[in-house]
Amino acid sequence: MTMVDAHVQGGHAITPPTGTARLLAADDPAHAAHLARFGALPGRRGADAVIAELERAGLAGRGGAAFPTWRKLAAAAQSGRSGVIIANGSEGEPLSAKDSTLLHRSPHLVLDGLLLVAAELGAAEAHLVTTSAQLAPIRRAMDQRADAGGIRLHETHDRFVAGEASAVVNGIERGRAIPRDHVVRLTASGLGRRPTLVLNVETLAHIALVLRFGADWFRSIGSSDDPGTRLFTVVRGGERAVVEAAGGTLLSAVLRAGGADPARVRAVLVGGFHGAWVTGDAIDAPMSPAGLAPFGASPGAGILMVLPRGECGLARTAQITAYLAEQSAGQCGPCANGLPEIAEAMGRVGRRDRNSSLPRQLRELTALVTGRGACHHPDGTARMVLSALDAFDHDLRAHARGLCQEAAA
Amino acid sequence: MSTPTRSGKVLHIDWTRCDARGSCTELLPELLRSDPWGYPLPAGGGSDVAIPAHLAAAARDAVGLCPVLALRLS
Repeated sequence: MTMVDAHVQGGHAITPPTGTARLLAADDPAHAAHLARFGALPGRRGADAVIAELERAGLAGRGGAAFPTWRKLAAAAQSGRSGVIIANGSEGEPLSAKDSTLLHRSPHLVLDGLLLVAAELGAAEAHLVTTSAQLAPIRRAMDQRADAGGIRLHETHDRFVAGEASAVVNGIERGRAIPRDHVVRLTASGLGRRPTLVLNVETLAHIALVLRFGADWFRSIGSSDDPGTRLFTVVRGGERAVVEAAGGTLLSAVLRAGGADPARVRAVLVGGFHGAWVTGDAIDAPMSPAGLAPFGASPGAGILMVLPRGECGLARTAQITAYLAEQSAGQCGPCANGLPEIAEAMGRVGRRDRNSSLPRQLRELTALVTGRGACHHPDGTARMVLSALDAFDHDLRAHARGLCQEAAA
Repeated sequence: MSTPTRSGKVLHIDWTRCDARGSCTELLPELLRSDPWGYPLPAGGGSDVAIPAHLAAAARDAVGLCPVLALRLS
């Protein structure tokens, strides 16, 4: 803990957060509280040193894809051209509330991360994209400090696919946040064909802490395959609770922290509408990539949607699938045509249609759309539907006989 | 049975442009089927198709003749 003494702000030493409250550790969203808790921005150390520190930290992106953050920075730095950094607070997933919560509660950590990455990589532009409700708190935070004037703030809409990286670039460039075909990575050619780094706002907030307190501090909590903390959104009925917990915390513990009683949980949709349904033993699995892999799930953007006992998972999946089909941008034929057909078949399964070929139809249709779009909307939808067929296989057989075990319970 | 020599080229389908006109599935029936909605369906699925050497010319034709410029060879 030699870093402790290194951070002195306004005459008093800054102690790095010791518990699981890191991103949400400040007393209030104001700049004064932020400085009191975390201290001033760390000095410049050069892109190579920043990338090495993030590699040691093992920070992975918090937008859902869990790509190692240092690799993304290295790819952008490698281009050798002055590029663009975009803080992605689009949060198109309607179940998720963690990015909006972060932007309301700790806007300065996000701004710090954005400014630090932009400065260290010598970026020409820094952008922040979010939905309307977060514009005011972000503007307020930008006005509280002298160094944020250059950040360009953009409003995006609530569409599911709007948060996909190429859609974010499209939204800034053309005002339409829909994905685009990209054979070349955005880090090589993105906004205005310049190297473009799109980072989730939570990822940027973690970067701001890693560059202050170091990789060893970051790894001091969490599991070896999922170090540090993450923000989770626990969804129960119409309620959403945002929880900051160590990586690898048991799924059941995160549920409890979010106000859900694991004993009354029938299943959990892990990772949101593009995630996977898990039941049984998985409720006690660690919320890390390795812990969830045996159950076909991953932490994704940290969403845990509870299906309470007495509710039918197949009927719920049918509703979600209909929503996802409706959220297709309609640009790509296999998605525009395939998702409505998947939703139709899933709807019939949910309504206990006795056509026993429906599961086979669903497996064929999901295989047909997977990998055939400019973004992963068809893939994610297919994955969620297939996970429902596995997780609720008993119900599937009951539904084919016109019965529903769960609704009868 | 010998495996065909690879051309080193990959045909990429830009789904945002593809309009199911069907010329590519006619020119490259060995590699592309038509899905239930008329869109090209590579044998292995996905959006990218490795082109064997003996079909490199047909693949170039498919790129050139796609009316909506949805194909790229790289």
